[in-house]
Amino acid sequence: MSVVFDILASAGLWAAILRIATPLIFGTLGALLCERAGVLNLGIEGIMTFGAMIGWLAVFHGADLWTGVLVAAISGALFGVLHSLLTVTLGLSQHVSGLGVTLFASSFSYYVFRLVVPVAGTPPTVMPFQPIDIPALSSLPFIGPAFFTQTAPTYLAIVVALIMAYIIFRTPVGLAIRMTGENPHAAEAQGVNPMKVRYGAVIVGSALMAVGGAFLTLSAFNSFFPTMVQGRGWICIALVVFASWRPGRALFGALLFAFFDAFQLRLQTVVEGVPYQIFLMTPYILSIFALALMARRARVPQALMQPYRRGER
Amino acid sequence: MTTPVLDIIGVSKRFGDTLANDGISMSLGKGEIVALLGENGAGKTTLMSILFGHYVPDDGQIRIDGEELPPGKPRAAIGAGVGMVHQHFSLASNLTVLENVMTGTEQLWKLWSATQQARRKLVRIAERFGLKVDPDARLGDLSVGEQQRVEILKALYNDARILILDEPTAVLTNIEAERLFATLKDMARQGLSLIFISHKLDEVMATAHRIVVLRGGKVVAERKASESNKAELAELMVGRRVMRPVREPSTPGAVVLEVRDLGVRIGGVERLKDIGFALREGEVLGIIGVSGNGQVPLARVLSGTLARTSGELLLYGEAVGHLSVGDVVDAGIGRVPEDRNGEGVIGEMSIWENAVLERLPAYSHNGLVDRKAGMAFARSIIDAFDVRGGTPASRTRLLSGGNMQKLILGRNLSHRPRILIAAQPARGLDEGAVAAVHTRILEARKAGTAVLLISEDLDEVISLADRIQAIVGGRLSPPLDAGRVDARRLGLMMSGDWSHVAEAAHAP
Amino acid sequence: MRLERREHRPLLLLIGAPIAAIVAALALSGILIAIAGAPVFDAYRRILIGAFGSRLSATETLTRATPLILTGLAAAVAFRARLWNIGAEGQFYLGAIAVAAFGSKLLADLPGPILIPLLLVIGAIAGMALILVPLWLRLRFSVDEVVTSLLMNFIAVLFVSMLIDGVLKDPLAFGWPQSQPVADHATLPKLIARSRLHIGLAIAIVLAVVVYLVQSRTVFGLQSRAAGLNPQGALFMGVPLGRTLVKVACLSGGLAGLAGAIEVMGIKGYVTTDLSPGYGYAGIVVAMLANLNPIGVVLAALFTAIMFVGADGMSRSLGIPTYIADVTVALALLTMLVALFFTQFRIRR
Repeated sequence: MSVVFDILASAGLWAAILRIATPLIFGTLGALLCERAGVLNLGIEGIMTFGAMIGWLAVFHGADLWTGVLVAAISGALFGVLHSLLTVTLGLSQHVSGLGVTLFASSFSYYVFRLVVPVAGTPPTVMPFQPIDIPALSSLPFIGPAFFTQTAPTYLAIVVALIMAYIIFRTPVGLAIRMTGENPHAAEAQGVNPMKVRYGAVIVGSALMAVGGAFLTLSAFNSFFPTMVQGRGWICIALVVFASWRPGRALFGALLFAFFDAFQLRLQTVVEGVPYQIFLMTPYILSIFALALMARRARVPQALMQPYRRGER
Repeated sequence: MTTPVLDIIGVSKRFGDTLANDGISMSLGKGEIVALLGENGAGKTTLMSILFGHYVPDDGQIRIDGEELPPGKPRAAIGAGVGMVHQHFSLASNLTVLENVMTGTEQLWKLWSATQQARRKLVRIAERFGLKVDPDARLGDLSVGEQQRVEILKALYNDARILILDEPTAVLTNIEAERLFATLKDMARQGLSLIFISHKLDEVMATAHRIVVLRGGKVVAERKASESNKAELAELMVGRRVMRPVREPSTPGAVVLEVRDLGVRIGGVERLKDIGFALREGEVLGIIGVSGNGQVPLARVLSGTLARTSGELLLYGEAVGHLSVGDVVDAGIGRVPEDRNGEGVIGEMSIWENAVLERLPAYSHNGLVDRKAGMAFARSIIDAFDVRGGTPASRTRLLSGGNMQKLILGRNLSHRPRILIAAQPARGLDEGAVAAVHTRILEARKAGTAVLLISEDLDEVISLADRIQAIVGGRLSPPLDAGRVDARRLGLMMSGDWSHVAEAAHAP
Repeated sequence: MRLERREHRPLLLLIGAPIAAIVAALALSGILIAIAGAPVFDAYRRILIGAFGSRLSATETLTRATPLILTGLAAAVAFRARLWNIGAEGQFYLGAIAVAAFGSKLLADLPGPILIPLLLVIGAIAGMALILVPLWLRLRFSVDEVVTSLLMNFIAVLFVSMLIDGVLKDPLAFGWPQSQPVADHATLPKLIARSRLHIGLAIAIVLAVVVYLVQSRTVFGLQSRAAGLNPQGALFMGVPLGRTLVKVACLSGGLAGLAGAIEVMGIKGYVTTDLSPGYGYAGIVVAMLANLNPIGVVLAALFTAIMFVGADGMSRSLGIPTYIADVTVALALLTMLVALFFTQFRIRR
């Protein structure tokens, strides 16, 4: 037990939680926004990969870090347009389209990366985001290193979660998004164009996913390598269900998830005789548990995965 | 007449080969209630969808207060003061009443929703027209009647001056319907103009000032309510007189299906309670009731797709446990489901596959489907039941509703079932197809089949059934002989007042 | 402009759709090749030569097509019943490791003619076992099986990694994490001598025909199609939905597991964590390109194999990353989706 306590009492654990949670927060919020409008976006895994690659590449070629993040966001938005074309305009299966986008976006990122950075012994690196020193707060004992030594994108993620919660529940456009996800025919009858709402939500949501990916290469690490997203996208999809499609709970879910992940990482180093793969499995197993726990309880947007075609019911 | 607030001028709309609207013109005055009367497929809903901007007309225009409405723009229609109450409500069950009403009413990019203001406005309107409803209730928790109120409030909230109601009473009990019409009349008195779409002559006569009759996409007549009568309207609506078959007297045989104290719970909610009836050979037992009162679970239990929670089921005199679909089919029970497209057929599969799917054991050997026998069976149904528009190998979704229903009836009746469970068998069909379906049901009755007819259409039940029971809130009334039936009695039965039924049933 | 459902689907359109999709995908990849500064037509010529230019490369292409046929079939049978099994990758690995476990030690004393079929069955069962988890979650908790079967892929690969780093580790592999090899007499016979091509290809093609017959002729085939197209209607007509889905899942998972088993027994003999270059995911593309038709799967797998094998050779000579093959295949999935759409709808003004 003392091992567990030691881990919990280390400021490093709490700092790591926020760091691990950041890409998940962006990804989950992005997926959540799409699903609130009625579109499941399984392109997330590929979009995060592409965001990680292109954001890194921009910085590697001399852009500043925020420009890298912006480039990633734009690329994500473009994949959002692609997914919208397939699922909103053509009304194709959101499952298959999303997988297609993921396969395309990830292989395309590897292709572009290899084209620009030929195989080398050690992958090239960039100078990533540095922790922000917040006067007074950062120098507090324990609290400071635990919560106030994060990089800017981490704080941005938390702010975005709050903004999204506000938009979805307190503004006309949020209501339009929710109505579109619940009943696009009703939205149309009230003069809201469900097609436009879905396009908008998927584009913005995909941009957020790509920003989550860019965090990996521009803050958490400093280089890009294939398969680095490691199923984080799928975990985000599970977190959306866990969060019952609420941004606040998505933030909480991502942090909770990151807590377990950071905890098992530290446990790995002190517990002997257990293969490390068992620890690595825990995030995926946890996600499956979260899904099983919440799938029946959550209030799924009623029109999720249902294509909207004018005049057809 | 006052100056018209709405003019529909020469509107035409074509879908593929059918002309849904053919040069329709009509007008609506301030404070007037106009009924748009017509059968299914007469073009009523298409016309209203054009008016509301869901469809763009091929020809013609719509004027409101003399100004032309741009076609195909729901927003413009809303802005001009047109409100639509759809038959299938356009509401989101996971949102609150207020949210349902507010959607789309504010500038999309405003930074906050003026919720309090909106709530006050909603409450004010609700009070003015007597449409009470809790603004913060989740819509899915409301009754159907309350949901309709929300649908109407939504239109009024958008400052609608012209209100269009598409078959507003289809889902209401008689009492709710009467209340609705009182509200509508009150609205007209307060200066709103209303169009309501219906095919029910009674309510049209009782409520509307003026009646426009639509048939085959054209306006065939326009009458003042005070200068017309039901007989005339019926003839105008149907046009050619299609003779519906008449039930001949018969002597029913032994009881083949008996149900005692049957109950069904789904997710903790009691859907059916103390259901009891006895069905005899060669009779039609009609179950009437307003939609959503337990018809669906009742049909499902008897069709083998839902397990009962309690009660006894006696089939040919023997008590039976849970019946699967296979058991039901083997026991000689034919089934016509309420939802033709959703349950009755699998649209993307061929006609022959749909013909044999519920009887695969009979049309397969050692796990291999006997395609030849299936094709032959489908061919025989097509011939014997006059299914038009397809061959055994063509996709079933290409059939019209009537022909699909003939296929479903055919695959059941070809096997001479001893019992037939028919749920809403003629819903949504045109008059010709209704007559065909009714003829088949009466033929089966004559041949000794016991028919359980679950229907919301009173005319249908009155013309087919020997005895009638009403289903209300998951309970079944005592039976009433068809000879003792009149519309008022049935109305009371459907609203849950069974005192007179019990008397009548016990009377010698 | 608006979309309208087609009432009839001409046969020409159905056959033309995959061809048009592949042409479009090749054209789009061509743009990427051109951007990289290589001659497009020359690149495609080299891909063809790389895939068929010699006896060696041709047999290599067919060898690569073998697992793709099987994972393609796995996806096709599942998707047809609207069971979204995206877990073929994990099922592949589980089939592979099961064969390595039983074929290296436990059953290695059995004679070849018994051992080989037995191992194939064991591989298939391992694949089935894995897919039953997402299926159970769907039937019991209504959890969307897409995400769970995807997550299972990661768990399965980590599980395999744990075994080949632990109990199944080959002590002779100089510390590399790889499994002990299956017994020599458990390897699949070659179809063509002095090549890597083994009878797995024949097995895969025979299975494609069998799956086709099962789908088109049997009660199970009819019922699974009905369950996929309209579950409500299928239920009403007496299709046991749960049981049918379990059968479909077993068939799908079994095919994917078999793919892994055959890959181990036919080529490498042992398991590493890079045994599959994404065969499970590519199977999804193969199935979609084939419009879920089992016979079409064979052709679609061949196309995909050509791209993968051919791109290797082309990459070496032109300096285009081999990932161009993955990009093309993924693009083919997207273009096929669009092409399929236009077999169902037409644009009307």
